[in-house]
Amino acid sequence: MADVALRKVVKRYDDVEAVRGIDLDIADHEFIVLVGPSGCGKSTTLRMIAGLEDISDGDIMIGGDVVNDVPPKDRDIAMVFQNYALYPHMTVAENMSFGLRLKHYPKAEIKARVTEAARLLDITDLIDRKPKQLSGGQRQRVAMGRAIVRNPKVFLFDEPLSNLDAKLRVQMRIEIKKVHQKVRTTTVYVTHDQVEAMTLADRVVVMNKGRIEQIGTPNELYHKPATRFVAGFIGSPAMNFIPCRLEDVGGTLQIRLTDRIAFALPPARAARYNALPRTDKLLLGLRPEHLTESHAHLEPGVESFDTVLDVTEPMGMETLVYFGLDGTPVCGRVNPNAGAKDGAPMRLAMDLNNMHLLNEATGVVL
Amino acid sequence: MSTLAIDKAGPTRKVKYGSMSRDRAWALRWSYFFLVLFAIFSLTPPLYMLITSLKSSAEISAATNPWWVFHPTLSNYVELLTSNQFLRFFWNSSMVSIVVVIITMLISIPSAFALARMKFWGSTTLATGVFLTYLIPDSLLFIPLFKMLAAVQDITGITLLNRWYVLLFVYPMLTVPFCTWIMIGYFASIPKELDEAALIDGASWLQTLTRIFIPVALPGLIAATIFAFTVSWAQFLYPLVFTTSIDQLVLPVGITTTLIKGDVFNWGQIMTGALLGAAPPLIIYAFLMDYYIAGLTAGATKG
Repeated sequence: MADVALRKVVKRYDDVEAVRGIDLDIADHEFIVLVGPSGCGKSTTLRMIAGLEDISDGDIMIGGDVVNDVPPKDRDIAMVFQNYALYPHMTVAENMSFGLRLKHYPKAEIKARVTEAARLLDITDLIDRKPKQLSGGQRQRVAMGRAIVRNPKVFLFDEPLSNLDAKLRVQMRIEIKKVHQKVRTTTVYVTHDQVEAMTLADRVVVMNKGRIEQIGTPNELYHKPATRFVAGFIGSPAMNFIPCRLEDVGGTLQIRLTDRIAFALPPARAARYNALPRTDKLLLGLRPEHLTESHAHLEPGVESFDTVLDVTEPMGMETLVYFGLDGTPVCGRVNPNAGAKDGAPMRLAMDLNNMHLLNEATGVVL
Repeated sequence: MSTLAIDKAGPTRKVKYGSMSRDRAWALRWSYFFLVLFAIFSLTPPLYMLITSLKSSAEISAATNPWWVFHPTLSNYVELLTSNQFLRFFWNSSMVSIVVVIITMLISIPSAFALARMKFWGSTTLATGVFLTYLIPDSLLFIPLFKMLAAVQDITGITLLNRWYVLLFVYPMLTVPFCTWIMIGYFASIPKELDEAALIDGASWLQTLTRIFIPVALPGLIAATIFAFTVSWAQFLYPLVFTTSIDQLVLPVGITTTLIKGDVFNWGQIMTGALLGAAPPLIIYAFLMDYYIAGLTAGATKG
C-alpha cells in the first residue's frame, strides 16, 4: 500500500492535450474517484498511473518513487477494466493466479490467496469455470479477484461497472465499497457516473477538458461546488441556473430573477455578495430540492412565488416539477401530496439559504 | 390493461404468419442445391482417381466404361507402397512440409505480434508490405531465386541446389507473408485490454505472446498451419526447378517424373500416388478442424 502523487502531469497526442497539467495527492488507503464527461482525460490519467500510457510531461509518484519510466509490471499496481479483460482460455482460478504464477510464488501461497480472494468476493463455487460460463457481474468479480490476490500497492478501476445493468451496478457498487473497507488498498477509480463517484469516494476529483475542476469529499462537492461545471455535473436532477442580477432596494440587497420576481437576500448572503458590482451578469444556482411547495409559515430566507408548471414527474417519494422563469427551464422537487399537476398553477418556495451565485461569464461560484 | 387494448383492436386483416420460415425454407433449398452441385463438381476428379487406381493397366487401356471397375485390384497400391523410391518421395515431402511449417510459425507469429501490437515507426507500412509480397506470383520469383541460391552456393561452397533441404529456404518466402498476414488479423481481434491486463499482471511481451496471444488466437494459428502445410506439400514448380536427382525429389514432382516415361503414362500408379499424396493434408485438416473452434475469445470481455 502506498500514496500516489501526480505533479503537473501532461499528456499530449500529437497536437491535442488530453491532460493539461494536473496535480493530485492521493493518501495511503484512500479511495479516490476521477469523474467527468467522456473525453475529460480521466481514463488517460488512470492509464498514465498504470504505466499503459507514457507521460508527456510532469511526474507520477507511487509510494514516494517517481515511476515515469517504470514499466507497468514493476509498478506493483492492479487494474480492473471496463470490459473485464479476463483471459478466455484460463479458468477463474488460473485467471486470478496468473500474476502470482508469473512471479513464481509458492503453490501453497497462490492457492491460499486465491481461496481467500474468492471467499471475499463470493465466487468460490465458480473457481473452475471459464470466463464464458460466467455472467457479467461474476466476470467483474473475477477481475476484481485478479487484482486482490496480487496484494498491490494501488488498485486502479477503469469504469468497472459501465457494462453491467442498472440493478447489478448498484449491487457491485456496494460490493466494491465492502472490499475496500476490508483490504484498505489505495484506490483510484474512474467513472463518468456521478452517483458512483459520490457513493464510493473518500474524495472525488471532478475533471473537465483535461483539467481538474475541483477536488473534495462528496459532500463538499455537492454543497460547495467551485465552478458551474461541478455544480451542474454533481447531483441529479442537475442544479438549476437562473439568470439574475443584484439590486439595492431601500438599503437591502435583493436578487432579481424576472421583472416580476425579486427577493431580498438573507443577511449572511447579503454580506457575502455585497461587494459584487451590480452590473455583472450573474446566475442563481439552486438545487431542485431547494425549490419546494410553499407553506404558510416559511423559514427566514425562504421566499415564495407563483408559477405555472409545464410538466410534472411523479417519482413516488417525490414529484419533480418543471416550469419556466423568463424562458429558463427550472426543476423543483415537491411533496407527492402537494397537488402538482401538469399545466396547473402552483405556489413554490425558494430556499435562498442554500443558493449559489455564479459569474455567468467565468462560471466561477462566488 | 394492455391485453384488453389488443383484444379490442382485433385482427382486421389476415397476416401471413410463418412467411419468415417460408423464406428460410427457400433459402435452405437453394443453398442445398448449390452445395450438392459444388460437391459433385469437386468430388468427381478424386472419384475418378480412386476408380482408376483400382484398375490394372490392361483394364485402363481397354475400351470399357471408365467410371466402373470390372476387375478391382490393389496392385497399384502394393507396388507404390513397397517401392523405396515412392517412400523416399513421401519422406522428402514430409520433412520439407513439417520443417517449413515450423520455420514459418517461428517467423510469422512473432512478426505478426509485433506488427499487430507494438506500435513502432513504419509498422503499418510494413504490415501492408508483408501482404503485398504475397501478391507477387510464385512463377515470377523462381528464376531470380535460383540465381540467388546458385550465387550463395558459389560463395559459401555449401551445396544447396539439387538438395531437398533447399526447399526449406525457398518455401518460407511463399508461406511467411500470408501466414503473418492472417495472424496479424487474429491478433488484432484480441481486445487490447487483454495484453494490458497481462502487462500489469507482470508478463513480459514474450510471456504475453506465449501465454495469452497464442492460446487465444489458436484458431488463427491452426488456419496458418494448414495453409503453410498445404502450400509446401502441394508445391510443384519450385521443387521441379530446384531439385533434379531422383532421391531428392518430393512427391508431386517424383510421381510425374518417375511414372511418366517418355510418352508412356502409368495411369494406375499416377492416380494411386496422387491419392496417397492427398491423404496427409486431408488427415491434418480432419485432425486440426476439431481444434478449430470459432469464438475462442468468448468470455474475455463483454460480448
